Amino acid sequence: MPTRRQIMGSLAALTVAGLNLPGLSRAASPAASPEDPRLVVVVLRGAMDGLAAVPPHGDPSFARLRRAPEGVLRLDDTFGLHPSLSGLHTLYTQGEALVFHAVATPYRDRSHFSGQDMLESGLASEGGIRDGWLGRALPPTGSRTTEAVAVGESVPLLLRGGQGVSSWSPGESDLVDDATLDRLAVLFEDDPLLSHALSAALDMQGTAGNGKMENEGRGRRQFITLMAAAGRFLAADSGPRVAAVDMTGWDTHVRQDARLERQLGLLDEGVRSLRKSIGDTWRRTAVLVVTEFGRTVAFNGSGGTDHGTGMAAFLLGGAVDGGRVIADWPGLDEASLLQKRDLRPTMDLRAVAKGVLEDHMGLPRTALDRTIFPDSQQLRPLSGLIRS
Amino acid sequence: MALPNRTDQAAVAANRFGLGARPSELRLAAGDPRGWLKEQIDPAAAVLNAPRFPSGAEALETIREKRQRQKRMMEVEGPDEDGAASELRDASQFAARLYRRETGARTRHAIATPDSFIERLVLFWSNHFSVSIQKPAVKSVAGAFEREAIRPHVLGRFEDMLLASTRHPAMIFYLDNQRSIGPRSQRGLHSGRGLNENLAREVMELHTVGVAAGYGQEDVTSFALALTGWTVAGIGGAGSDGGQGGFHFAPRMHEPGDRTVMGIAYPEGAGQAEAILHDLAHHPATARHLARKLVRHFVDDEPPPDAVDRIARTFQHSHGDLREVAHALIDLEAAWTAHRSKLKSPNDLVVSALRGLGAEDLPGRFLINSLARLGQRPFAAPAPTGWPDTAEAWGSPGAIYQRVEWAGRLGRMLAPDIRRPSLEMAAMLGDFASQKLSDAVDRAESSAQAITLLLSSPEFQRR
Repeated sequence: MPTRRQIMGSLAALTVAGLNLPGLSRAASPAASPEDPRLVVVVLRGAMDGLAAVPPHGDPSFARLRRAPEGVLRLDDTFGLHPSLSGLHTLYTQGEALVFHAVATPYRDRSHFSGQDMLESGLASEGGIRDGWLGRALPPTGSRTTEAVAVGESVPLLLRGGQGVSSWSPGESDLVDDATLDRLAVLFEDDPLLSHALSAALDMQGTAGNGKMENEGRGRRQFITLMAAAGRFLAADSGPRVAAVDMTGWDTHVRQDARLERQLGLLDEGVRSLRKSIGDTWRRTAVLVVTEFGRTVAFNGSGGTDHGTGMAAFLLGGAVDGGRVIADWPGLDEASLLQKRDLRPTMDLRAVAKGVLEDHMGLPRTALDRTIFPDSQQLRPLSGLIRS
Repeated sequence: MALPNRTDQAAVAANRFGLGARPSELRLAAGDPRGWLKEQIDPAAAVLNAPRFPSGAEALETIREKRQRQKRMMEVEGPDEDGAASELRDASQFAARLYRRETGARTRHAIATPDSFIERLVLFWSNHFSVSIQKPAVKSVAGAFEREAIRPHVLGRFEDMLLASTRHPAMIFYLDNQRSIGPRSQRGLHSGRGLNENLAREVMELHTVGVAAGYGQEDVTSFALALTGWTVAGIGGAGSDGGQGGFHFAPRMHEPGDRTVMGIAYPEGAGQAEAILHDLAHHPATARHLARKLVRHFVDDEPPPDAVDRIARTFQHSHGDLREVAHALIDLEAAWTAHRSKLKSPNDLVVSALRGLGAEDLPGRFLINSLARLGQRPFAAPAPTGWPDTAEAWGSPGAIYQRVEWAGRLGRMLAPDIRRPSLEMAAMLGDFASQKLSDAVDRAESSAQAITLLLSSPEFQRR
């Protein structure tokens, strides 16, 4: 149950955001340097299917379990990228993208809420969740007015606990995504008035929205706007150095092929729009793309996948020493699966994040081990992710 | 279909009679749901919990002073000087600011009050005696109207509320009575201006006996003549005799003579209009008209006739004692069933969502913008009939979609603070939540989505 104070906290940030951020470029601070590293963390909420995004086409078991989509973009002998991720593939070939596979947070159950809490809090176990690893990684006293910006309507747990955190959201951001509308349609089934009203409203929007494309993009295209905004904020000399962006709609229990094709396409387009708006600052930028957990290896009965464990993640940007897939691939034969259903995780996602914070943001090991990722002394940061 | 168990009944108490459960309220109510409601019946519960606002009279006085200064400046400096224009802006800004503060405070009060059944009564009666800022003059006094004419009487006598409402500057401005001049009054003979029957007609048609009570045009005209001279101090010629703002009786505008309204004769003299209001308040048609509205509000869009009869009888026998009526509403068996035909008004949707999520201190601007977007800007009903009270009226496609978008926005705003949406759902809806909703909330892909689904669900939107 949220306390009132907490809610006020998130709203205060929201209110401040509209007033503060337009002034950012004027709020020059002596400690700011345009050469500072920039970090963006994109949280894909709902659990992206890593096996669809990064199909292990070289694993003989994969073809038995899944029908690989046509036109997989080759990464290496084992892995490829979903065809919708062509922009990421270009970055990969240019050496600006790292792909991680079979990674996971320490969380081993399958609730979205707890999984996202663990992903964002950076804790080794549930309980005592108050704030997030990215928030705790911010400088203790702000050398600038805004150290970090949550691009969206609230400051996510991930960025809580730091100073100088603001949030920004574009106007007219109230569109509801298709996944939510689909679920709502089910809830409305037994209420003729509400179900009629909703479907009539959506029909009207389709007409008003200049045809099918616009209608299909309802709500989700928001992510592209948010990524473009994040890029602009980070490009400003005296602006924030850290940004967090959410993208929803990844919980693909039903007919996931069509859905992921669009969803991954939007992710790709979002990265492209950030790349464009951030300009030259791209070379000092790392974008970490993560989700709460993976999905089942086998399809369920509805052409979708259910909540799983091992997942894929991306690290993108001009600062990234890319062009590689980093994975200790466990294989997909039945004996290798976790509980006979999930991709078995072989790498801790916190090690990836620690590596980025250490090599890219220059954070000391003691802080990484103790406060940013508490009780993680045993988990060495993954090194070599960032160009030296 | 009566509700067998106490948790169902607690959900009815909090949602159908109240403004939605605050985090621990269902537990509090579960011991004795009806008793929990009846304990709220205390006039102190109807008092707005907010910093002191200017009275309606004081607000009008301030505006009048600002306007007069402006007029003097115009005379001295000519009409194009900036000073005069800014004084005029100042007066309208004062009204706008007061309206924002009043409506913000009122909405926050509704979100925070532990006595939300009483607040429902306030909202009901405030809407029954609807005043609307569609008339700009109402803007500075709409909040005062509710505080001064409605709240003190929601557990008192209907007759007193009717009198307070009809005499209040907000109502007089809204229904034009300051323009109504007896043709044979001093002013009427002098100016040639005449009667405006708007207030008289709406008091009869909307506030008391109702349109089907069998009165005719001559009754409306007669009552309107009795009401001439009921005006607001300081406007027109009325302020010259030193009124303090607020209600003012201007004898020079009042039509002399005896009146007959619905078959009863009222001799000329002071208190003529009060006497008519008194009889209208106690007319059997008024009891039926109000009973039907009350039962529609608290029980069903199609008010069950026996429930209406029961409330009408209570009203009639108690001579319009609204405390008795409040008890009788709670005792209506028809209210304690699983049938939920009522769709929350936008106001009640917003208030109940924020009550349930424990968000009491939101900025007034956010609250008012939310209400405006969902189609119910406070004190802005499109007509003197007030806001509608049926699912059909509130459930248009555009309106329902706006609700879903609003729920989505609130979900995204509050999600980081809400760890277990299923607990929120249980605390808000108790056994009202279906298995289907419970599954959807549990399986939502984010807490933002869970909140969106919860606040959009039929279980939450209906009561």
